[in-house]
Amino acid sequence: MEFSRRDTLALGLGAAAMTVLPFRVNAASEDAIADFTGGADVAEGGVTLTAPEIAENGNTVPISVSAEGASAIMVLAMGNPTPDVAIFNFGELAGSSSASTRIRLAGTQEVVAVAKLADGSFARASSEVKVTIGGCGG
Amino acid sequence: MASGVRPRVKAPRSAEAGEVVTIKTLISHKMESGQRKDSDGNTIPRSIIHRFTCEFNGTSIIDVKMFPAISTNPYFEFDAKIPEAGDMVFTWYDDDGDVYTTTKTVKVA
Repeated sequence: MEFSRRDTLALGLGAAAMTVLPFRVNAASEDAIADFTGGADVAEGGVTLTAPEIAENGNTVPISVSAEGASAIMVLAMGNPTPDVAIFNFGELAGSSSASTRIRLAGTQEVVAVAKLADGSFARASSEVKVTIGGCGG
Repeated sequence: MASGVRPRVKAPRSAEAGEVVTIKTLISHKMESGQRKDSDGNTIPRSIIHRFTCEFNGTSIIDVKMFPAISTNPYFEFDAKIPEAGDMVFTWYDDDGDVYTTTKTVKVA
């Protein structure tokens, strides 16, 4: 196969777009985290995020989050069209700072949980989920 | 979507004072994400439940802010501390302004 000048240019543009697009998605999720933390530093660990390694159907992926003494936990799906998934606010009568739910994932991606701990600091955990069938009905 | 929404809650009928119990909730709702298109290529408008709260005698147990990435028929499982006998009120807030509530009475043995 021979590449014409036009083909080569198109390939180059495609490659450039590929590098720019994930960056834009990342920026959206970074914004969402910043909104939640108010720009504070987020430490690694201190949160437990349980998600399956492989999800056959991206429409219902069971996940659970827990963090000792956390007042709120935010869940983000980094590869979704909108990264926000849910924000759990635990009240006075919460038996533990943990919750389970089912979420949609558009494709194989990283799921992130950010927790606001009792001392006001923030912690995060992430888990890679492989999705066989995406859950956004494209 | 005001029709066909049915909340279901699994909570114990009785507990000991101060006991931590696990609550499971499910509500039937299509949770239209606003990302899908119909057969003519038009975007189907978003229609989801955007907030879920659970209170015991007026004190908050959990308050969840939900986004379109929550699956159809939203399911939640969480722990609640039962300090005394009373009513547990579950409330779901729909995008279209509807509010669905259900109440479970918990006795203290």
